[in-house]
Parts: sequence; C-alpha cells; structure tokens
Amino acid sequence: MTRQTRTGPLETADRVIGFPLSRIEGPLKVTGTAPYAAEHQSADMLHGFVALATIASGRIARIDTADAAAFPGVVKIYTHDNRPRTAWWDSAWKDEVALPGHPFRPLENDRVLFDGQPVAFVVANTFEAARDAAALIRITYEADQPKTSIEVESEKSYVPKEKRSGIAPPPSPRGNADEAFAAAPFKLSSNYTLEGEHHNPMELFATTVLYEGEGRLTIHDKTQGSQNSQGYVCGIFELKPENVRVFNTYVGGAFGSGLRPKHQLFLATMAALDLKQSVQLELSRREMFYLTWRPATVQTVKMAADDNGKLTAILHHAVQATSLYEDYQEVVVNWSGLLYRCDNVKLTYELAEMTVSTPGDMRAPGAATGVFALESAIDELSYQVGLDPLDMRVRNFVHVDQNQDLQLTSKALHACYRQGAERFGWEKRLHAPRSMHDGPDLVGWGMATGVWEAQLTEATARARLSADGSVTVSAAASDIGTGTMTILAQIGAEAFGVDAEHVTVRIGDSQLPKTSVEGGSWTAASTGSAVAAAATAVRQTLLDAAKDMDASPFGKDVTVEQTAIRDGRLVLEINDQVGVALTDILASKNLTFIEEEAKVAPDAQQAKKFVSYTHAAHFVEVMIDEELGVIRVTRVVTAVAAGRILNPKTARSQILGGVVMGIGMALHEEGMIDHRTGRIMNHNLAEYHVPAHADIHDIEVIFVEEHDDKASPIGVKGLGEIGIVGIAAAVANAIYHATGTRVRHLPITIDKVFYAKEAAE
Amino acid sequence: MRQFSYLRPTGISDAVAALAAEPTAQLLAGGTNLVDLMKYDVAQPSAVIDINGLPLKEIETLEDGAYRIGALTTNSQVAYDAGIARDVPLLSSAILAGASPQLRNAATSGGNLSQRTRCYYFYDPSTPCNKREPGSGCSAIGGVNRIHAILGASDACIATHPSDMCVALAALNATVEVTGPTGARTIPFLDFHRLPGDHPERDNTLQTGEIVTGIRVEGGRFAAHHSYLKLRDRLSYAFALVSVAAALDLDGDTILDARVALGGVAHKPWRDPLAEAELSGQPATRDTFEAFASRLLSGAKGQGHNDFKIPMAKKAIVRALMQAASGRPQVQSEKRVREGESL
Ligand SMILES: Cc1cc2nc3c(=O)[nH]c(=O)nc-3n(C[C@H](O)[C@H](O)[C@H](O)COP(=O)(O)OP(=O)(O)OC[C@H]3O[C@@H](n4cnc5c(N)ncnc54)[C@H](O)[C@@H]3O)c2cc1C
Ligand code: SF4
Repeated sequence: MTRQTRTGPLETADRVIGFPLSRIEGPLKVTGTAPYAAEHQSADMLHGFVALATIASGRIARIDTADAAAFPGVVKIYTHDNRPRTAWWDSAWKDEVALPGHPFRPLENDRVLFDGQPVAFVVANTFEAARDAAALIRITYEADQPKTSIEVESEKSYVPKEKRSGIAPPPSPRGNADEAFAAAPFKLSSNYTLEGEHHNPMELFATTVLYEGEGRLTIHDKTQGSQNSQGYVCGIFELKPENVRVFNTYVGGAFGSGLRPKHQLFLATMAALDLKQSVQLELSRREMFYLTWRPATVQTVKMAADDNGKLTAILHHAVQATSLYEDYQEVVVNWSGLLYRCDNVKLTYELAEMTVSTPGDMRAPGAATGVFALESAIDELSYQVGLDPLDMRVRNFVHVDQNQDLQLTSKALHACYRQGAERFGWEKRLHAPRSMHDGPDLVGWGMATGVWEAQLTEATARARLSADGSVTVSAAASDIGTGTMTILAQIGAEAFGVDAEHVTVRIGDSQLPKTSVEGGSWTAASTGSAVAAAATAVRQTLLDAAKDMDASPFGKDVTVEQTAIRDGRLVLEINDQVGVALTDILASKNLTFIEEEAKVAPDAQQAKKFVSYTHAAHFVEVMIDEELGVIRVTRVVTAVAAGRILNPKTARSQILGGVVMGIGMALHEEGMIDHRTGRIMNHNLAEYHVPAHADIHDIEVIFVEEHDDKASPIGVKGLGEIGIVGIAAAVANAIYHATGTRVRHLPITIDKVFYAKEAAE
Repeated sequence: MRQFSYLRPTGISDAVAALAAEPTAQLLAGGTNLVDLMKYDVAQPSAVIDINGLPLKEIETLEDGAYRIGALTTNSQVAYDAGIARDVPLLSSAILAGASPQLRNAATSGGNLSQRTRCYYFYDPSTPCNKREPGSGCSAIGGVNRIHAILGASDACIATHPSDMCVALAALNATVEVTGPTGARTIPFLDFHRLPGDHPERDNTLQTGEIVTGIRVEGGRFAAHHSYLKLRDRLSYAFALVSVAAALDLDGDTILDARVALGGVAHKPWRDPLAEAELSGQPATRDTFEAFASRLLSGAKGQGHNDFKIPMAKKAIVRALMQAASGRPQVQSEKRVREGESL
C-alpha cells in the first residue's frame, strides 16, 4: 500500500483524500478493545435494569416492589411514586432534535402510553441482581383499548399543527393535479402500506454515568451526539454544562436510533445523582423494539401520464403513525414533487395518533418510505404506457427542484442511469412480466431511482499542528460506524501533508468544538468542511509566522493556496526548494504548536437559489421459484451520484449497508403487533427478520463522477442514507417483472407473492 | 431469570436421580434453548442439571447398519458424520437446514428433541399461554399466528414444534432411547412428541425423571431417494414455515415405500402413515404426489395469518417428493430450490 504524502490546496488534490483507507479504529473494534458505552467500568459501579409495561395503553393501578426491594444486592427501585424531582417545563426536556409535543418523561406518572414503556427502574450491585429483582416486581394495570393499527387509525388522520424543525412540510399544490389526472389517458391510483420497522444496531442503548463527586458527571452514552445528551441531562437535572462531560467515542451502529436521547440516559443519570454513585444501564435487545422505529405508513399515489409517457399529474398522500405525546414527522411525499418533471402536483402528509412509542428517524427517514410508493407507481405506470421503466424515468428527468423552484447544485443522475444500466446489462431485458426465466425460476429485472437531501449543518472544528509535524483534528462529531474518524484523518492529512496515520482524530466528546448530532448524512460535508477550514486557518497562521521571520523566503503576496507542507517544511507549491522548517517557524514565535478553530454554516444567500440532493439508480435482479414462491435477490447494481468521494472504501460500505437494509425493508422487516393488546410480539432477532448472509448475493456499487462546488466547501454530499432510498421499490418492481404480481405492502413475504399468484390463477 | 441450584452429575443414574428428586429441575445440554428461556423468565427451573459430563457423546454403528446417536452429540457432529451423511443423508440435510453454524455447534441431539415452541406468546411471560401457564388461555388464537399450526391443533394451543432434525427422524421411524427411575425404555419417534389436546404444557411423552440417552435410526434404506425441503421467511437462519422430509424406496418408477413428515405445521412432526401406505405400488409421478399432498392436508385449518401454509405445504410436499424421486435432494447450502425432474 503506497500513500502519497504531498499536499496542497484541497481542490487540486489527488492525495490522501480519495484513498481507500481502512477505518482507522477498525483494529480496535475487531479486537474488542474499543470501549463502547456499556464497557466503561468503575470500582463502585451500580447496575440498572428496567421493568417494562406489559400493556400498550392505560394506567398502573398498583405497583408492588416489596419482594424486589428485598432481593439481595438491590440498592433502590424507582417508580413513578418515588422518582426524584426533575425540571417541570417541557422546554427543559427538549433535546436538539425534539419534536412538537411533550417529550417522554420516564416514570413521570401512572399513565402507560405504549407497550414496553419503562415503569420501574431497579438499581443493584450487579446486573444480574437488578435483572432478577425486576422479575419480582408485581404490577396491576387498568388497560384501555390500544390503538395500533395504521389501517384503522389512519381514518382519523390530521395535519400536524406544529411542524417539526428541519422537516419541510409538503409544498403547496402546483397546477391542477385533480383535473390533469382526470383527463389523462394513462393513470393509476394505488395504495401502499409499510409495517413498522425497528432499529437493531449491534450496540444496544447504554449509558455509564461515572459519578465524580459534587454533582460532576462523566457520561459514556450510546448516542449520535454527545453534546445533545449533555444538553438534555443539564436541562432536566439543572446541571451546569461544565460539570457534565459526555463521551460517545465509539458507537456500534445507530442509523438514526441515537439522534434523540433515550430513557436509559435519563434513568442512569437520575440514579447516579440520587445515589451519588456511578450507575450503568444497558438496555436489552427486546427494548430496542419499544424505542424508536420507522413508523407504519399508508400511502396513496395517483399518477398520470400522456401518450408519450410524460407525467401529467402526481397526487401523493401519506399517513404515518405517531405517538399520543409527540408529533413525529418526516419528509415522505415531497420527493414525488421533485424527482421528475411534472406540472400538476398535489402532496399531502398527515399523522395518525396511536398507542405506540414516538417513532424516530431510521436511515433515510421519510425518503425510504415515500420513494417506495413513488418508484413503485412510476414503474406500474410505465407498463401501462408501454415504456421500459428506465426510459419512463429518463423521459421525465428534471434539472430543477419544482417544489421550491430552486436550481440544483448538481444532479449526475443521468450518469447513474447510464452506468448502472450498462453494468447491469439492462438492455437485454425483455419487457413483458413473466417473460424471463432461468430453469425453474422466474427472473425479474426491476429498477428505481433514489434521492436524498445533501445538507450542510453548522459545525465547528479545531486543528493543531505541532512542532514535530504531528496533527490533531477535533470536533464533537460522532462516528456511528460510518468512517467519520477515518475521513477526518484523511482531510487533516491532506491539509498538512502528512500520512493519515500521523493525524490524531478526537471526536465523540461534548467538550470538543460544537457540531450537530450525526445524522441526515451531513457529517462528512459539515464536520469535514470545518476540519478543512480549521486546517487552512492553521496554515494561514503558519504562513504569517513564516513571513515574519528574518530572511523569510515567502513574499508578502504568497497565499496559503500557493504553499504546501512537505517533509516537515512549509514550501511553495510550485517549487518545494523554497521553504522553511516547521520547527523553525514555531520557534520563531516561541510556540510548540499552532491551533485554530473554524466554523462552517449553510450559505443563506446560496440557499435562495440552490438546493442540493444526492441521487442513485438501483438495478435489481430477483429469481423466484415459480411454483413455491421462494424469492432470491440475486444481483444489485447501484450507481450513486454524491459529489466528491473522500474514501471509496468507507463510501462503498455505506452504500452496501444501505442496499442490504433496503433488501430487508423489501422482504423481511416487520414489527408484528397484536392489535387486541397493542403489543409487539416478535421482539427478538430470531423472529424479527433482517437479511441473513444467504439473502445477500452480488451487490455492485458505482460512484459516478459528480463535481459540486456548492453542496459543501469540500464538494461532499454525504452517503449514509442514499443507499437505501429506492431499493425496496426496485425489489418490488423486479418481483412484479418476474411474476406479474404487484405487491404494494411491505415487507413482501413469501405468502404475499404466493397468495396473490394463487388468486390470479 | 430466577435463582436456581446447579448440579453437574457424571453418571446417567445420578442425573436421573437428581431429576426424579426435583421435578421442577431441568436438564441443561447445549443450552441454546433453555438458557434463552431462562433469560426471558419463561423457564424457571429450581435446579439446572448440567448433563454435559455424561458419556453420551458418541455416534455408534450398530450391527444391522443402524446408528445410535448419543444424546449429547452436537448437531454439527451428527450432520457431518461421514457414516450418517452417507447412509442417513436426510438426517444430515435436515440438521443443516436449521439454525446457524454456531448454534449447531452447541446444540445437542437430545436438546433438539426437547426444544420448546417458538410461539411469540410462549416466549413472552406477560401474555396468557396455556403451554407456559396451563389454564391461562391461548393468545395465539386470534392473535399473531403466522408461524402456527394448521394440523392437529386444539382449542388450547396452536403451537408448532420448531425442529428440523425431528422432522427427518419422524420420517425415518427413529426410536428414542430413554432412561428413567425405573430403567431404560425406547419410544417410537412418532410417539415421542404429542399433540396439544388439553395439555399443551406437555410437549412429549417423557415421564418424570426420564432422560433421553440416544436416538436410533436405521441407515441405507432411503439414501438414494430423499429430500429435506424447508420454506421460511428468509433464505437461512429462520424457523420453517413449512418443511418436508421425504423418503422413497423405489423400484424403477414404482413406489415401494414412502415416508413424508412435515415440519412447521403441527405440535409435532406430522405424518399420515395410512396415506403413505396407499402410495405403495403407485407410480412416482407428479399426479400421485399431488393427490397425496391434498390428502395429507385435507384436515388442515388456518388461523388467519398462517392460512397460506396450507397451499404452501401442498406444493412443498410435491416438490420434495419430486426431488426425492429424481434423486436430486435439496442441498441446504444451495438457496435455489431444486427442480424435481430427472436429469
Ligand atoms: C436463533 C435460533 C435459531 C434456531 N433455528 C433453528 C432452526 O431453524 N431449526 C431447528 O431445528 N432449530 C433451531 N434452533 C433451535 C436449536 O436447534 C435448539 O435450541 C437446540 O437444538 C437445542 O439443543 P440444546 O442442546 O442447546 O438444548 P438445551 O437448550 O440445553 O435444552 C433444551 C431442552 O431440552 C431438554 N434436554 C436437553 N437434553 C436432554 C436430554 N438428553 N433428555 C431430555 N431432555 C433434554 C432441556 O432440559 C431443555 O428443556 C434455533 C435456535 C436459536 C436460538
Ligand atoms: S399457541 Fe400454544 S404456546 Fe402459543 S400461546 Fe397458545 S398455548 Fe401458548
């Protein structure tokens, strides 16, 4: 493996950025030496266990903790009867990404709002004692009728009164969609259903609170934002930020589940402050099913086209589940107004209140759901018109965002279509459903487009260059398994002309410079740009110092961009004979290091004209046993346009993961609720299915060239979510092509294809 | 989890005595099922009798070509045993269709027989369940019952037995060897598991203090014409929605003897010996198999979510028999379902 060690201005680089560097924390993770939130220890640590509600709606009539309290090793049991006082106002409970409504307050009162709600918290000397004692708590409930069926509750849907911050409500209608729909020669009106999906990253939610005395706490939390957790506990427990330091150095996957603080953070902190002792609480796998989930959704898409396959009307309506106490919202329908050209569009989005825990963001929240319906519908319509599904999409290509009437910073989607189709062999496709075979199997080729926002959020970062040439970059950002640490090292390495190995990356610490939670695929663009800016600031300071030196080789007009750092010297980019050793520059100012902080923020002026999205084209092959209905996804080609690729290896892994998760969305994932009781019944990984190895075959990822100098200062758009958007539709479309059966209800389990086929015969 | 005492006997008689003395004790073999159930607070044994020290880890070849499989042999050991793979390939194949390599390395033959149902409600102690708590009711009837029984269920319980291995053993007319306080006895495989009736809390016919010591299975007979076909919600690592163990003894195209056991459809591996007997003398054709499948499923009853299992089981039976007849058994590492046509 050879690595370039030269450097220069970022834009001209073919250097450390762009290198397929393996994850720098990888060895720690695979050897089990990267400590996760539940792996921090202290001598006097207490352990917690949560007792969960076994009804979905109602109240606790009686809670008897006597036997549990008498269990050896139990220190204290908290219920709504004895919970310590906390902040009163909702505002104190609102985290950075809080929703309209009343944030959930664990153990607040006797009300049960959802299945699996925490109703008691046992703290003991050992985890086992806490768990075993929890089994001895006896609770009597008065249960109410639960409301957990989206089909039923969507009858009483409503437009959320208050909009969720950062989530665009549907745009106002344009043209006259109803009229255009009525007049069109080709049209369809279809309903799509998504069952709830549940987050199950490898690492469970966990918090270790180390009690440092006098109200000072060090907290290791499973979260996507250490500063968000810090703000949350400071608000609720009225603590000073300087007394609370939160780490999330290593995160074992999160996918959006860790955007908002979870009740284990509250409970562990509450107990630590109350007992003045360190407390650890790791939730169980089962509890993952009651925390944060992709909401069950029903959608209707009405779509019409003219004789040439040009879209003349799109009406997309979605109703999503939310809880009794918060109005969760995501962008589900807006994609239907911006992915294709269409002048008559009506998009509507509503919520249905259910006795469930508040849903949350799950990889490409909203888009994964809405684009499934949109991309299924356009596929369906293409058969009506008699067009190849890819041709149908190309004919309706649009270069602007019609929803907001804005220019796009870039959209290399044509290249995705072209390169993806070519690699997949799309031209060999026979159009008619059930026309392709392989032995006893029906073969189906389906495709879909994906789209996700490319966002930049406010981010601050620090860079330090030491006399020995070593570099440290830091920001509060989180690496939730995406490779953030690695790309920040590469950005630092590039800026300072060192190998990424010599760059220390410090993230996952609330004391570091401010960033947002890691989510929305914005971290690489935002924190990455902040690190690049901080590095440039350091190099400016360095150059200024060098210019101040006696007999400086740098003239007054030399700019940072004209310089480079090579082999421990600041030199001219065009002639590295001209330069000064870093040690000499620092010595001239009596410094051992130079450190600067920089901040990036969205450009408000630019936002008036431009908006930025990532795009993808997915091509999927399925093979289905004609008689038995066994479905295999045998091939996926995904072509992605996401601006600049900082690290092809971590980038590819993000897309692979998104595609696998999309296959799970298409075929497997489903929370099974007993609507009589409102309880989730398959709350374990034996019965809640995600793809196994056998379900995953060839996945090929292509990154198409996309130059974008507006999406973010470093040209990056982000990759965390785009891989999943559209996959479920591509799979469903392939299944239709193979079988002639259109399944509009996810997940597409064997019986849905099987049964429908039986019925059709 | 509750507190329990832990014993580790080294002889069969000690283990039997310990189990007989404490009826609320449970045996621990590979632990892949029992420990899960204890963690979920479903199993609450007063004592755990760890039998891993017992001398039951061998696979013996008997004089008549049969095999005796010790109760503590692991699922992997049995599946990959050269003799079993050659002479009883249906058993190897069924085992390899189940669980994951890690689980199969830990799970034992005796434990596999006595594993409990995967009914969602059985696994959740906060719900009524007659099997877990007799008399409390059956939540699965009218509830979430995608994985439940279509045959032989009762008003008290509609659970299925989840094993793959047992489906093959049922087809092969294996016998279960047990030792109890009054000595050793053998139980024909079809009599080992029970239908739920009014006592779904009892999965099998073991009596207090009895331990499974081994399984006897004949070899050779169906090696040429067999297949284990498992249909499930993903291509690996999921319990069967429907599985079929098919074994044929053919003379040319004529069926001499046929055995078909179904998994995932009943409280025990499902067989219909009368229907099988009528296959003798018939041609091994799709028509024959389709008629047989319809007959096997004639008493089937869906519970709502699992109605699809009825047509699915019919088709799976036909395909498995076609695979068996043509000598092209399903290979578990192959995810494409093999055709049944002769080469
Ligand atoms: C995630 C998961 C997926 C699985 N998938 C499948 C699958 O697809 N197909 C499949 O067939 N199985 C599957 N299994 C089940 C697995 O096969 C069983 O858990 C295993 O066979 C049990 O064996 P064990 O030795 O671990 O039993 P243990 O857990 O030790 O014991 C299970 C029960 O058997 C009793 N027992 C053990 N030994 C004896 C004996 N000698 N005599 C009398 N009673 C005894 C115990 O007391 C206990 O009640 C799966 C399990 C898991 C956890
Ligand atoms: S089917 Fe059997 S195991 Fe399931 S809830 Fe009913 S009684 Fe219990």
